[in-house]
Amino acid sequence: MKIAVIQFPGSNCDQDCLAALRAGLGASAGYVWHKEESLAGYDAVVLPGGFSYGDYLRCGAIARFSPIMKAVIAAAREGMPVLGICNGFQILCEAGLLPGALVRNRDLAFICQPVRLRVETSDTPFTRLTRPGRILRMPVAHGEGAFFADEPVLERLRAEDRIVFRYVDAAGRPVAEANPNGSVDNVAGVCNPERNVVGMMPHPDRAWDELLGSTDGRLLFGSLIETFAVR
Amino acid sequence: MKVHVIVMPKRSVLDPQGVAVRNAVREAGVSGLQGVRVGKFLELEFETEPDAAGLDEVCRDLLSNPVIEDYVIERSAGRQI
Repeated sequence: MKIAVIQFPGSNCDQDCLAALRAGLGASAGYVWHKEESLAGYDAVVLPGGFSYGDYLRCGAIARFSPIMKAVIAAAREGMPVLGICNGFQILCEAGLLPGALVRNRDLAFICQPVRLRVETSDTPFTRLTRPGRILRMPVAHGEGAFFADEPVLERLRAEDRIVFRYVDAAGRPVAEANPNGSVDNVAGVCNPERNVVGMMPHPDRAWDELLGSTDGRLLFGSLIETFAVR
Repeated sequence: MKVHVIVMPKRSVLDPQGVAVRNAVREAGVSGLQGVRVGKFLELEFETEPDAAGLDEVCRDLLSNPVIEDYVIERSAGRQI
């Protein structure tokens, strides 16, 4: 099993993702440049954080039209696991693989801090080693990470158990004080109806070693590896 | 010819930039200001008359995000900015 880490001009968490997968979990992973047109030889995709194409126009708007995204969209529709982290989440929303959009943080500031996440569903390739209600610690680092979807879309996400993570306080409650950026309903991550595509604003790639302050990110990458191990 | 495209956040979407600018305008002493919304203005220059359907499509799919924004196309834009 081999995992592709997509590199766009302006990606800056590509090395973190590759290190998490290789050094952290001993997985086989490699970079795929945005001008590539094929994912041949790869079994899963990680879209890393950063500022693809300078975040011009809107975050993720231009990356979505890059050659490799045609392959990512086709593979996602065929069931390949795809994880978008931060800018990767924004790209997946712009590409229409995930619902909603990420807009400017409520307080306008760029936020870089650890947050608490509550796992809402273990029914994705990236959360199967967790259980609903488990609280994870990892950082967020974004200026435009407020998840927005209108009420009918949100209602559907809730009904279909497609909210994957929520921002919570120490007691595990999704209260306003625990919401770092103004995301609707404290949503920190969602998945597609088929559940193979997951997007999240927090960074599991910055939480896989004690030196980084948390190892909870291992659970998410480890879930992906486990997904293939049991196939 | 020039085509102007105005992209604005939907009214249902929180616009913290607009709120910050509104507050600053008020602080500058302008009274009676109810609200500010911050959007984008794009000027597209074409060699010839652009295809209407194609222009609309690119506004919808690239220049705006219909989840959070609305757009207006001003063809044969008269004003110079």
